[in-house]
Amino acid sequence: MMEKMIFGRFLPGDSPVHKLDPRSKLVFVFAFIIIVFLANNTITYAMLLAFTLFIVLVSRIRLYFLINGLKPVLFLMAFTFLLHIFMTKEGDLLFHWKFISIYEGGVRQGIYISTRFLVLVFMTSILTLTTSPISITDGIEVLLNPLKKIKVPVHELALMMSISLRFIPTLMDETDKIMKAQMARGSDLSSGPIKDRIKAVVPLLVPLFVSAFKRAEDLATAMEVRGYRGGEGRTRYRQLKWDMGDTFALALLAAMAVLLFFYRS
Amino acid sequence: MPEILSLNNVTFSYTPENQELRNAVENVSFAVQEGEWIAIVGHNGSGKSTIAKLMNGLLFPQQGDVRILREVLNEDNLWECRSQMGMVFQNPDNQFVGATVQDDVAFALENNGIPFEEMVKRVHAALEQVKMSNFVDHEPHHLSGGQKQRVAIAGALALKPKLLILDEATSMLDPQGRVEVLQTVQTLRAETGLTVLSITHDLEEAMLADRILFMNDGKKFAEGSPAEIFSLGDKLTELGLDLPFAMKLSKLLQKEGVPLMGQHMTEEELVNDLWTSNFNK
Amino acid sequence: MDIKLQQVSYAYSQGTPFEKRALFDVNFEIPSHTYQAIIGHTGSGKSTILQHFNALLKPTTGIVQLGDRTVEAGKKAKDLKAVRQRVGIVFQFPEHQLFEETVLKDIMFGPMNFGVSATEAEARARELVRLVGLPENVLEKSPFDLSGGQMRRVAIAGVLAMEPEVIVLDEPTAGLDPRGQKEIMEMFYTLHQERNLTTILVTHSMEDAARYADNLIIMHEGKNVLSGTPREIFKDIETLKQFRLEPPRIVRFQQKVEKMINTSLAKVCLTEEELAIEMARLLREERAES
Repeated sequence: MMEKMIFGRFLPGDSPVHKLDPRSKLVFVFAFIIIVFLANNTITYAMLLAFTLFIVLVSRIRLYFLINGLKPVLFLMAFTFLLHIFMTKEGDLLFHWKFISIYEGGVRQGIYISTRFLVLVFMTSILTLTTSPISITDGIEVLLNPLKKIKVPVHELALMMSISLRFIPTLMDETDKIMKAQMARGSDLSSGPIKDRIKAVVPLLVPLFVSAFKRAEDLATAMEVRGYRGGEGRTRYRQLKWDMGDTFALALLAAMAVLLFFYRS
Repeated sequence: MPEILSLNNVTFSYTPENQELRNAVENVSFAVQEGEWIAIVGHNGSGKSTIAKLMNGLLFPQQGDVRILREVLNEDNLWECRSQMGMVFQNPDNQFVGATVQDDVAFALENNGIPFEEMVKRVHAALEQVKMSNFVDHEPHHLSGGQKQRVAIAGALALKPKLLILDEATSMLDPQGRVEVLQTVQTLRAETGLTVLSITHDLEEAMLADRILFMNDGKKFAEGSPAEIFSLGDKLTELGLDLPFAMKLSKLLQKEGVPLMGQHMTEEELVNDLWTSNFNK
Repeated sequence: MDIKLQQVSYAYSQGTPFEKRALFDVNFEIPSHTYQAIIGHTGSGKSTILQHFNALLKPTTGIVQLGDRTVEAGKKAKDLKAVRQRVGIVFQFPEHQLFEETVLKDIMFGPMNFGVSATEAEARARELVRLVGLPENVLEKSPFDLSGGQMRRVAIAGVLAMEPEVIVLDEPTAGLDPRGQKEIMEMFYTLHQERNLTTILVTHSMEDAARYADNLIIMHEGKNVLSGTPREIFKDIETLKQFRLEPPRIVRFQQKVEKMINTSLAKVCLTEEELAIEMARLLREERAES
């Protein structure tokens, strides 16, 4: 079930994109999301698409994974595409049948908006596919560090996130085990009326919570015994290293922005 | 030999207001000397886990005191004392904090503010000691139980503790994992003379220790060398523990009328006795 | 009911880049009323196999025959509930499946899912609680107030309450102290004999397998590689070692002794008691001769 999901997974590798510092990748993706909105004509959209495909190439991720990652938003893409086709009444009339009329401008807008979706999904997928969740957490922690001044518990939030990530596989296994154990006792989660199905969730959720609390308790004990007492006075084992590649990546994006600015109408 | 840790007339109850329930630990005293391996045994519920919690200040005794390096453990020196003791718990999954092996080993170092360069050295040295150097970047769910416990040992060693406490560290492992962990501890002892305190219900494991502390119903039932403890014989089985293999077999052989000279702790002793008492004539 | 696996293979996450094969062409048969032990080290596929015994997993290829029901790869299987009632599984750390407010309700959960009446289920619960060695007053307690060992027993009672013909045990004694381990194993053995059950013990404890099982099935890297009575299997230590398994300690000990005295005992002994008797007999015979 969940094991088939690809979106948001990390694929270890050693491409130049994998090697980038998570901070530069995060900044890159956020800046890219803004830059995308600069595009407003065929040439700028074509540039965006080419740029994205170039990044895909450099990251050495098989297109298959990215297209798979597109699946969850495919419906949304199709919907907005059709909306634009039918609603925009600009340019030459291409097709007319009863009350349906399609204009050249509508098709163009539809393609633009789909391209926009495509590049956004591809870029964010590349971020998660080439960066381990823990590196993303590190990157976010460092980038948000200035917020500590206004009393945002950045360290604690980052630790929470990294522990949650660490326990996701454990808890998924656990869910599967408990589900199987209850099915073996005749509990039926997949058929029958809704009311029964909701009831059937109780034997799954109660043990899951009990075990999660037990784990949390054990973990807290282990952390305390190992000397954890908050972020103060702590050193960091995971060091982030910003090198030429990171500067270059951001420079590339800046150049792209300038070009888009120049060519947009 | 300097004393590393001692419990002096320690009594603890989880429900001090209810006098009817027995104390979890009652009037227990013992000391661990540097370089020793001491095992605390007892069936589940005998109070041995409570002792573990008292040793690292997760609980404080109602009577008596716990001393680490001759200093009474209290709220003020708690963190200092904890950094002197490495501890490995029962469930391998629930003590793995880091995202990868090396992050986990570094966790205690980070907490104690060790500088980065020093951390890298120590993490790699500790992983070398438990022979997990090839797994630095592995995530916990790709490791076996035995491997996770070895990482936990490395995490404890990285802080260069005076004492390594194993709190039922092998009880959730498969036979292979158990052997891995025990061999790791034995090698460490041989190489570094590390002081070890293991809490266990496995007498085979306890046999590796220099000294055994036998807990029953919250009280110290007996204390002595493995030979002394195992001479208690049937008393051990009555209190929910299993005799070591060689002892059990030697008893059965004698019961069937095979002449033997006495008690046997190890297989070798038994085989040799069988030979000298019966065949070497 | 007989269980038969024919060319069964299984892959997790099938059809994704994360696909992982766990079983390859597994074939064996478990006749009714026998006590089988499935042995293999961690990762040998034994936990995947056991989920096929009541159709929690469906084979990726091959056929699983469960009594008169056939579960075949690629075919829709309906009404698996009937099968699940006949095959009870005690999973590893079964106390993790407890969820009801009281022990009584938790034990009744299984049978009532299979349409047993509340009065009947309660009667079963009352009987079983004693059988698994707990006092009757635990029935009204919350399972979460019990000790670990007691919770384990409640969970086992919950599976037995379905009155299955086949009982599958996945490391049922993991984490218990020696006394608890022995009591649980003895209880299952008594049940096996008294109720004429088919028992399948999935374990890495060679000692338990030697002591209780009629037949052993050895798993290695997703295949069943060896099968036979404990005596047959433990005779050939070299083959076992190929599969990263050691025979029980008692068998190794016997070999050591045999080598030393240069004589073989009459049979491969599976328990300490057996060896003591054989040893004594051998000595009597030697004395009689000389």
